[in-house]
Amino acid sequence: MTAVAALAPAAAPPDRGGFMIVPPLLVLAALFFYPLALIATQSVTLASGALDAGTYAKVLSGTLFLSALTHTVEIALAATAGCLLLGFAMSLILTFVPFPGARLVARLIDLFIALPTFLIAVALTFIYGSAGIFNMSIMQATGATEPPIDFLYSMPGVILAEITVYTPFIMRPLLAAFSLIETAQIEVASSLGARAWRIVRQVILPAAQPALLAGGSLCLLLTVNEFGIVFFIGAKGVMTLPLLVYGKAIQEDDYTTACVIAVVNVALSLALYALYRVLVARAGAGRGRR
Amino acid sequence: MLVWSRWGRGGLWALLALIVGVFYVLPLAVIALASVAGEWNGMLPRALTLANYAGVLHGDSGGQLRVSLVTGAVASAIALVVGTWAAIALRAIAPAPRRLLDILFFVPSAVPSVSIGLGLLVAFSQPPVLLNGTVAIVVIAHLVLVSAFSYGNVSAGLARLSPEFEEVAASLGARPGYRLRHVTLPLIQPYLIAAFSLSFAMSMGELGATAMVYPPGWVTMPVGIFALTDRGDVFQAAALTMLLALSTLVVLVGLSLVPTRSSNR
Repeated sequence: MTAVAALAPAAAPPDRGGFMIVPPLLVLAALFFYPLALIATQSVTLASGALDAGTYAKVLSGTLFLSALTHTVEIALAATAGCLLLGFAMSLILTFVPFPGARLVARLIDLFIALPTFLIAVALTFIYGSAGIFNMSIMQATGATEPPIDFLYSMPGVILAEITVYTPFIMRPLLAAFSLIETAQIEVASSLGARAWRIVRQVILPAAQPALLAGGSLCLLLTVNEFGIVFFIGAKGVMTLPLLVYGKAIQEDDYTTACVIAVVNVALSLALYALYRVLVARAGAGRGRR
Repeated sequence: MLVWSRWGRGGLWALLALIVGVFYVLPLAVIALASVAGEWNGMLPRALTLANYAGVLHGDSGGQLRVSLVTGAVASAIALVVGTWAAIALRAIAPAPRRLLDILFFVPSAVPSVSIGLGLLVAFSQPPVLLNGTVAIVVIAHLVLVSAFSYGNVSAGLARLSPEFEEVAASLGARPGYRLRHVTLPLIQPYLIAAFSLSFAMSMGELGATAMVYPPGWVTMPVGIFALTDRGDVFQAAALTMLLALSTLVVLVGLSLVPTRSSNR
């Protein structure tokens, strides 16, 4: 008893009753872990009810699955790289080259976290779509019959939309990290004639590294899981894992295949989530040391 | 100030204006304009009209606004209760199992929404519980998807809470239930509101899990917007998207105005 009391320091008031965790845990188990376990079971169950892992061999070697996996990873990597670049550049200017209204701009971008992801997909079809404002204007001006801008309904369109939607997720931790950097340090360095690029490389980038890693891994997770944007853009030939799960289950009524793909997708997501947790823990530890 | 030269600063601001303009302002402006466009064949719409809004409010989509608001409010409220309960109960657990349980409560946020929907379909289309085709399965899907964010926000609030208040209350003889209602919950109220707000916003925009499980009689706005774009009713889709964004923001702003104890003092 005394040992337990010593282990639980001031953080927790003397609440006894660890059993109180049982009700929410039951809710989580019934509504999340039980369905997740059934996906795994169903993935090795044939329509006849027999257990068989053969579906895995068939699905995982299929070209549809392989191209979906490749597309998912490529889109996630490209979008995350874009988010990091864009988020870093914007945060850098907003914090270290400030202007009246800089906070307002940061708020505007942050607003997108609260908006549905497919909003951007809808907006982009109005801008760059085949009947969008740019294509219609150019076609009217030149008399062309084919829309000249046609990147939207392919990988670049999906990547552009995801960069827009997920950059705010990079900027939140980055702006917080930048606000901790002593501006006096930068003022002195730059007044002593240090080049801006050198200050970015030697002072700002090292301080931002934990936030960039944590934000980047979160971005990877979110872009691997993204459904709405790909669904709305409806790019032909851009099949991702979540879209394939939806297609197999809802459009083809093939639940066993859908479950096999879902198992792979969930495993990939959980691995990325583990990476994210590790990087966040390290970022937190780094902050504690300073 | 990182850059001192006037040209350098001007150039960076121009770059920022370009990025923000192309990536954020232009899409918002275009979708707002499309929602009031009658006909649009060039750079700007030829005629402005409110007919798109009238169309979505009087057609099927009027009901979809209500469906989304009800689903978001109910799912977020249940998630708030479950998440707050879990976060508070976890404090009485020893550090090692606590870390594990903490991860368990966060894991739903890492799983793709479509797979959550698929799991619910598989689990509740067979005995013992049949929920396929009901409103409940949609609410459950949203509840699962937002639960981790509710839990996360409340635990962040509890972590920042100085234990002295509760200790003083306890030493003065306040019983646990009284302490919870009159000390702990009021002190973390801003985090409870933030948890509900984030859950509500996510639920309003949820598409992946909803597309898997919704019954024909319970169509949320995102599903309705997709149906409109699929049919080619793009201007009505823009109007419904604006309605979704505005109704979400109105609720969020309203919640941010709720007076909290710390702001009263």
